[in-house]
Amino acid sequence: MKAKVFVTLKSGILDPQGKAIEGALKSLGVDGVLSVRQGKVFDIEIAGDDRQRAEAALKEAADRLLANTVIENYRVEIG
Amino acid sequence: MNAAVVVFPGINRERDMARALTLFSGSAPTMVWHADTALPDGTDLVVVPGGFSYGDYLRCGAIAARAPIMDAVRAFAANGGLVLGVCNGFQILCEAGLLPGALMRNAGLKFICHDAYLRVERADTPFTQGYKKGQVIRVPVAHGEGNYVADSETLARLEGERRIVFRYASPDGMIDPEWNINGSIYAIAGILNERGNVLGMMPHPENHVEAQIGCTDGRGLFAGLAQHFGSSRG
Repeated sequence: MKAKVFVTLKSGILDPQGKAIEGALKSLGVDGVLSVRQGKVFDIEIAGDDRQRAEAALKEAADRLLANTVIENYRVEIG
Repeated sequence: MNAAVVVFPGINRERDMARALTLFSGSAPTMVWHADTALPDGTDLVVVPGGFSYGDYLRCGAIAARAPIMDAVRAFAANGGLVLGVCNGFQILCEAGLLPGALMRNAGLKFICHDAYLRVERADTPFTQGYKKGQVIRVPVAHGEGNYVADSETLARLEGERRIVFRYASPDGMIDPEWNINGSIYAIAGILNERGNVLGMMPHPENHVEAQIGCTDGRGLFAGLAQHFGSSRG
């Protein structure tokens, strides 16, 4: 099974990289960009086809390593 | 002072740290590999040095914080053992849950590699008893991710429990955004855990211990630790 884990900064956490990207997009003249927050996407392959088990494994992966829940939120997407 | 220095792949300040520890305690620390599962018997200080563990992949310190040796470091800290984390070591201790908060990209987005001025906020800890409260020390920094953040509840506790030990300051000890080199909240350069036995700091005191370098302001930390363990060489 293919899955994705999206990790994003919590609101209220300053994101200097996002700000720099936002500035670059504005200087490129990309129309209508108001703000940018950057994050990460992990493409993960999971053995078997049990969605519940996969979801539990992905949540464990995110909680224990992929995300730092002090500063980041995550979302799991399967399939 | 029986110090153990934890070495992860990509760490590069472990020898500077070992040298500083040896200068002040008179005995060389044991270097402990990340894949080990136990600290040497009789260890009384664990140091997590600076560098770029695992190439700063994922988040600085994230992968090192999950290395096998860290369970032993956690248990050591839970028993009241002293743990010092410098630079990447501070990031690793935060990622390992031994210290609160996190270290984000510097507010100015640049890697900062120069001397910083720190105001010593407390001199009544084993780590800082070699300094005077309010003393300003000059210590090198070398980091891209030293911008300390924590939620407001954590920050209130850090302030209330006097756990902010070092702050970025001007040479005369003023806390000013101009001298807060990386944008850390409350100008935080170093903090203690709740119990007071784990210290994390971004600057490198181990690089200012010898007169030939031009500054010895880092000595207070090592002299204080050696004094704490009764192994001072005077």
